[in-house]
Amino acid sequence: MIKKEMIAMLLAGGQGSRLGVLTSDIAKPAVPYGGKYRIIDFALSNCINSGVDTVGVLTQYQPLRLNTHIGIGIPWDLDRNVGGVSILPPYEKSTNTEWYTGTANAIFQNLRYMELYNPDYVLILGGDHIYKMDYEVVLDYHKAHKADITLATIPVPLEEASRFGIVITDDDGRITEFEEKPEHPRSNLASMGIYIFSWPVLRDALITLKDQSGCDFGKHVIPYCHEHGKRIFAYEFNGYWKDVGTLMSYWESNMELIDIVPDFNLYEEFWKIYTKTEVIPPQYIAPGAVIETAIVSEGAEIYGKVYRSIIGPGVVIGENTVVHDSIIMRSTTIGNNCEIYKSIIAEECNIGNGVRLGIGDEAPNVDKPSIYTGGLVAIGENSVIPDNVTVGKNTAISGVTEAEDYPNGYLPSGQNIIKAGGVE
Amino acid sequence: MRAIGIILAGGNNSRMRELSNKRAISAMPIGGSYRAIDFALSNMSNSHVQKVAVLTQYNSRSLNEHLNSSKWWDFGRKQGGLFVFTPTITPDNGMWYQGTADAIAQNLNFLKSSHEPYVVIASGDCVYKLDYGKVLEYHIEKRADITVVTKVMPEGMDVSRFGVVRVDDENRIVDMEEKPLVTKSNIISTGVYVIRRRQLIELLERSMAEGRRDFVQDILIRYKDVKKIYAYNLDTYWSNISTVEAYFNTNKDFLRKDVHDYFFKEYPDVFSRIDDNPPAKYNPGARVSNSLVSSGCIVNGIVEDSVIFKKVYIGNNCTIKNSIILNDVRIGDNTYIENCIVESRATIKANSTYIGENGETKIIVVKGERYIIG
Repeated sequence: MIKKEMIAMLLAGGQGSRLGVLTSDIAKPAVPYGGKYRIIDFALSNCINSGVDTVGVLTQYQPLRLNTHIGIGIPWDLDRNVGGVSILPPYEKSTNTEWYTGTANAIFQNLRYMELYNPDYVLILGGDHIYKMDYEVVLDYHKAHKADITLATIPVPLEEASRFGIVITDDDGRITEFEEKPEHPRSNLASMGIYIFSWPVLRDALITLKDQSGCDFGKHVIPYCHEHGKRIFAYEFNGYWKDVGTLMSYWESNMELIDIVPDFNLYEEFWKIYTKTEVIPPQYIAPGAVIETAIVSEGAEIYGKVYRSIIGPGVVIGENTVVHDSIIMRSTTIGNNCEIYKSIIAEECNIGNGVRLGIGDEAPNVDKPSIYTGGLVAIGENSVIPDNVTVGKNTAISGVTEAEDYPNGYLPSGQNIIKAGGVE
Repeated sequence: MRAIGIILAGGNNSRMRELSNKRAISAMPIGGSYRAIDFALSNMSNSHVQKVAVLTQYNSRSLNEHLNSSKWWDFGRKQGGLFVFTPTITPDNGMWYQGTADAIAQNLNFLKSSHEPYVVIASGDCVYKLDYGKVLEYHIEKRADITVVTKVMPEGMDVSRFGVVRVDDENRIVDMEEKPLVTKSNIISTGVYVIRRRQLIELLERSMAEGRRDFVQDILIRYKDVKKIYAYNLDTYWSNISTVEAYFNTNKDFLRKDVHDYFFKEYPDVFSRIDDNPPAKYNPGARVSNSLVSSGCIVNGIVEDSVIFKKVYIGNNCTIKNSIILNDVRIGDNTYIENCIVESRATIKANSTYIGENGETKIIVVKGERYIIG
């Protein structure tokens, strides 16, 4: 008989549209992070490090990169005889075929996957946060409180609490009230979007709410269970937890890794983060190169100067090129004599010679002022930038661009060139 | 593929000096992220040789650790796989491997129970890329009994540590000497052989019956006039690492653009065990030039013309010049290292100085308690 005490369901179907061109062709959990990793690696590594060896990954938006990255789960030791990792895309049914319309709806459509393992508990996770958490400790808490549902929560500064889903608890940690993005928060415990359900409670709620359109955990399932008197507890987490949902928070979180002893330390032997290693060779640092305060991944070749930046695997940085405060992802090539300031350049881009990025005064972005902000330059994957062009701040470029796309060799601050991907 | 593979990885050599105390030569770290045996194993895998035996004997702990799973080289298949054979006591034999021929002969069952018609024999201490399939095609075309992969060394180079061959116009080997005092040729054997499986079994059985145990002396040289032994010339990068000098220079070769492009970027890839290190980190004060740096390193000091292997910590105000730092070394602040090889897992105290002088490479072996950094 097959039996797993706790299985995990990892929601990885979202686009993450606030990451702009970075997610035009890949789902947010597949976006690279910290040089060699992808965002989903943190949740997957947490699972295996917590002893959860059965993980269903629910995909929907642009899943190719996620599928090839996860494969059969070898990097996370999730290639198992029983359990392991399973990719769960939406599928056609004899009646009522639909996409995943909400987080809880996606889980509902995979009831049979969960039933296969006879779980006592189901862990619901998102694939878009950077953190190290022992889910087994949360499970112990869940059991000790005889909870039906346990929410992982994190204390946030009270002035920022209005951006989060806030929970109010009694002295035992039992949740008495929920407030979604409250104007005047009465607590600073924010929900992290991580839930442990006792299986019968989850099953009943999903089946009862199966006709709810866009069925969502935060909006429908949790309130339903709360109304019906289920025991919902808040587990307080006090480690590093970063939402990398916006370009700015993504950039900031990457930059925190280069501190001498960062808050989030990837160099500890304990609680390793695993990823699919696509490039094995060491990095080559040429004579005359300078690298200071930076993280550089396998197989990179540095001929120029790199300051305060994150360099992905297989990246080439040409001679006399200077890179400041930037994130350069896997297999991107930057030519000679470039100046790169505060840029996020996605995978497999080709930046010509003499290119200057992030130059001039700031101007709000014409299309998406809330996404392309903070003075950043965002370049989508597989983009090409021709020689000798200058690009301003708060800009986005995606696709194979040519000299004609840059009048007078210049893309002013706040402007975009979107030639591929279709989705901005 | 119509061949099975055998990798001879049991060897040790006193000319590796202190480096051989810790491990077999085949397990020596190479080029920042690899072990010597990765090259032979990757060649096997890339040539679609699916069934490979690694014969180990000398201090195989480190090698076994590296070979902990066959999946890194894609050998974890239902058909074939990776086999590690160490000497064992049997009712017929209680001895160690007493030579290369003996090592294979003691595992004759591996040969007998296979069905592939050919065998590729390689050594685990050479750095090169080679499609063994091409050697096999050549072997069949020449109707050879044995094909030896050879390399033409530069004129005037001392080749006395190799097997030296002379060939006729047809590339048939007419003369072969093992480690000759005076060399008559600059063509050397790379230790890679292709031979028909039945032929190999027959030759080994005869040699064992006669008490002859060495593949080169007792098979290649002894049969050179009777059997048709041909040379296949390898004209790409090849290096044997079995002396400290050769080991040091081979690692330094990887600093050359042509060499690292050839091994790191050109098809086919060289595979190795994946060990989940984070990317390398450069803190303020790091100044690195003409060097290879591997994953998991943290650099705070100056590094020039050096190869830094995985998980090396270089403290503040250190200077590393023209040196090879093996895996998992911690170097305390204000340390100066020049012309050295630092053995793996060394913990070097702050304010140390090590310099290899008079053209000699110094080998630093330091054990000692780990201190906590930061």
